[in-house]
This record gives sequence, structure tokens and C-alpha cells, in this order.
Amino acid sequence: MDLAFLGETFVTLLGGVPLLLQLTFFSVSIGAVFAVALALMRLSGNPLLDYPARGYVFVFRGTPLLVQIFLIYYGLGQFPEIRQSIAWPFLRQPYWCAILALTLNTAAYATEIIRGGILSVPFGQIEAARACGMSRTMIFRRIILPQGLRTALPAYGNEIILMTRATALASVITLMEVTGIASKLVSETFRAIEVFACAGAIYLFINFLISRAIAWAERRLSPQAAPQSAAAPEPAR
Amino acid sequence: MGYFELMGFGPKGWGLLLAQATLMTIAVSVTAFAIGAVLGALLAWARLAGGRGVNLAAETYVTVLRGIPDLLVIYLLYFGGSSALTSLMKALGNDGFVGVNAFAAGAIAVGIISAAYQSEVYRGAFGAVAKGEIEAARAVGMGRMLMFRRILAPQILRFAIPGLGNVWQLALKESALISVVGLTEILRQAQVGAGSTRQPFFFFITAAALYLILSTVSGWGFNRAEAAAMRGVRRA
Repeated sequence: MDLAFLGETFVTLLGGVPLLLQLTFFSVSIGAVFAVALALMRLSGNPLLDYPARGYVFVFRGTPLLVQIFLIYYGLGQFPEIRQSIAWPFLRQPYWCAILALTLNTAAYATEIIRGGILSVPFGQIEAARACGMSRTMIFRRIILPQGLRTALPAYGNEIILMTRATALASVITLMEVTGIASKLVSETFRAIEVFACAGAIYLFINFLISRAIAWAERRLSPQAAPQSAAAPEPAR
Repeated sequence: MGYFELMGFGPKGWGLLLAQATLMTIAVSVTAFAIGAVLGALLAWARLAGGRGVNLAAETYVTVLRGIPDLLVIYLLYFGGSSALTSLMKALGNDGFVGVNAFAAGAIAVGIISAAYQSEVYRGAFGAVAKGEIEAARAVGMGRMLMFRRILAPQILRFAIPGLGNVWQLALKESALISVVGLTEILRQAQVGAGSTRQPFFFFITAAALYLILSTVSGWGFNRAEAAAMRGVRRA
């Protein structure tokens, strides 16, 4: 074990963490907006909205993320119309392509998570809101969405962790996040096991922090589920 | 050259190569899934019946493999395996680089990731077996092996089918990552085609369609298997 080398590797790899976090943050937050819209399309009861959303989810969940990344980064440039459009300065850069692919991918998975959350809101609550004379949008804003999102939170936390893992694929289109730096280091030092193990430890630590944060948010959002502080103390054994 | 000529089976078409690559994707995914099934079953056994140390080791395995990127696992096995093999050969007096086989490294990498997911599926399925059945098996004097073979295994497999279907889809999609170490499966073949014809969109959209077909057909197969396995179960 060469501790000096491990320490040096660790510090070098940490340089990729900001990019990793950026990719995760942008794709998860923009993806969440898409996902809410897609979930509403799925639940609208209107086949003109429902079926396109179904098709979207089917295609993006049925194909590997790496294919989606290649399709956007290499594929779109095939068409002169796209190369001459105003989007080209963005679509030419691996950074925006990675964010676009990750966003579209997570939106598909999150759609089903949010849809499940919304469906879990008890109908009695919606009935009560209607009885109070709330409009459809107000019911959605005040009753359905807050409770649906809270129910969806644990599954959404899993999805965020999966996205953190998925950002590693951005290294395949030359982005220098943790995995990208790691493979560069390996090609320079030929010490694959140490370098990749270090990178793995960084991912594990980040995912540990994310899962803690989600658990904290869950507790904050469901005070009614917390153990009652006034409960009788356990009898001594 | 139009899209269909390019992807067709004519003299200039890539159809045959893509069909071979599809078979390679199926072969590597099935191998990985099988490795995951064996290892996953052992892990589930460790979690359910092991002592504290064994249990903790299995739990750590699952947490680590689910927390680090799949690409990193593939790199670790391929490049790490190659450098370990090279230094082993050097110790035996054989200089020069020795690379591990991309198929083997990829299948093992995807397999050990799949094992982490499969162990959770088997564990959940074990929990779904009615406790009364295990009690009844003990009461009629079945030994542990007999009980496992006749009572537990058939029911665990039955309850595990939907979860295994999901894990299979994951393995199928993860197999695309093996293209980064040079195995000529669907995505690698599409990259080669895209590079030599300068029509990347056509090749990658074809790759996407092939994956969609594979996942749809196998999803349908898992549904059929589930229906067949559940045919004797009364539903509420």
C-alpha cells in the first residue's frame, strides 16, 4: 500500500467533484420539472396527452443512457439543419449534451415516481377539497402536489443516487468529472486498482450524504410520522 | 445512401454486423445475469441465515455495488484485471502486457452489480413465503435441504419473477457500457458504423431501437413467465 500515492490520487480526483455535482444538480432539478409535467399528462385522462407521455417514458426507460448520450452528442451533428441552428453552440459542447441526456433520462424515471405519489393521495381529501369549493388548480397546488411529492420522496431519493452514479457516463464524451479524471490517471500511472477504488470511495461518500439529506427531508416533511415524544417510556427490563 | 440501404443486409448494408452485435449483447447480458443469479442467491442466503459478520459483509457488498457507478466497476475489472494479470505474468518471468478478455471482464462486472440487486429481490421473495408453510414442513419432519428444495426454492422463484424482470432490464442496459472496453456488442458496432459512414444519428437511433426491441420482447417473456408461475395461486 502506497499511502502517499493514494492521498495524491484522492486529492486529484476531488477536483472532479464540482462537475459531478453540477451535472447531478442540473439534470435532477430540470428533470423534476419535466417529470411533473409528464406525470400530469399521464394522469390527464386525455389520450392526446397520455399516449405521448407513455411513449416518452417507454423509449427513455427502454434504452441505455449511454446510447442516449451518443445520440445527442454525436448523432444530432449529422444534420446540417441542427448545425446551423441557434442551439448548435450548446449541442456542440459535451457539457450541455451530457446535461440534456441526463435530464431527459431522469425525467422518464421520475415521471413514474411522481405519478405513483400523486395516485397515493386519498380520494377523500380531494372530495373534501371539492366540497370546500376549491378549484381544480387550487386542489392540485394545495392538496395533491404537496402530499404526492412527500410520498414520492423516498423513491425520488433513490433516483437522485442513481443519477449521481450515471454522471460517470459523461466521462465517455470527454467530460473530466471523477471517473474521467480517474481513467486519465490510470492511463498515466497504470495503477488501475488503487485509482478506481479511490474514485469509488468518493462516489460512495457522496451518495451516503445524499441519502442522509433525503432521510432528513423525509422526517421534516412528515412530522406526523415521527415517534411521539410524549409516549410512555419503555418499561425497564 | 438512404437509411434502409445503410441498415439493410445488402452488400453495403450493416444489417448483418448489427445482427451479430445484437446476439453478442444477448450473450453477454445472459451470462452476466446468470453470474448475478448465483452470486445474488449466495448473498441473499448470507443476509438471511448468516451470522453477524457474514450478514454485515453481504450488506456492505450490496451497498457498495449499488453506490458506485457501473462504469467504474467495468473499468476496475478490465484495467485492474489486466494490470493484476500483467504483474502476475511478470512474476512468472513473462514480460509484456496481458489484457483480460473484454467479454469476461464485462460479463463479470455487470454480473457482480446484478448480484447486488438480485440478492435484494431474493430476500424480498423469501419474506413473501408464508411462515406457516415453513412451520408445516418442519412439522412433517423435512430436513433443511428437502425443505429448501420442495417448499422454499419453488416459491421464492415464483415471487421473484417480477423483480428479476426489472433486474434483467438493468443488466441488458448496463451491457451497453461494456462497449467502452471494446466488446463488439450493439453500441460498439453502432460506434464503428457511425465513424466509418459519418452518419452517427442513423446508427445510434438503430442501436436505441434494437435495445427497445430486446427490452420489450424480454419484458413480455417475463410477464408470460409470471402468469405461468402464478397460475395455481388464488388472487383476491
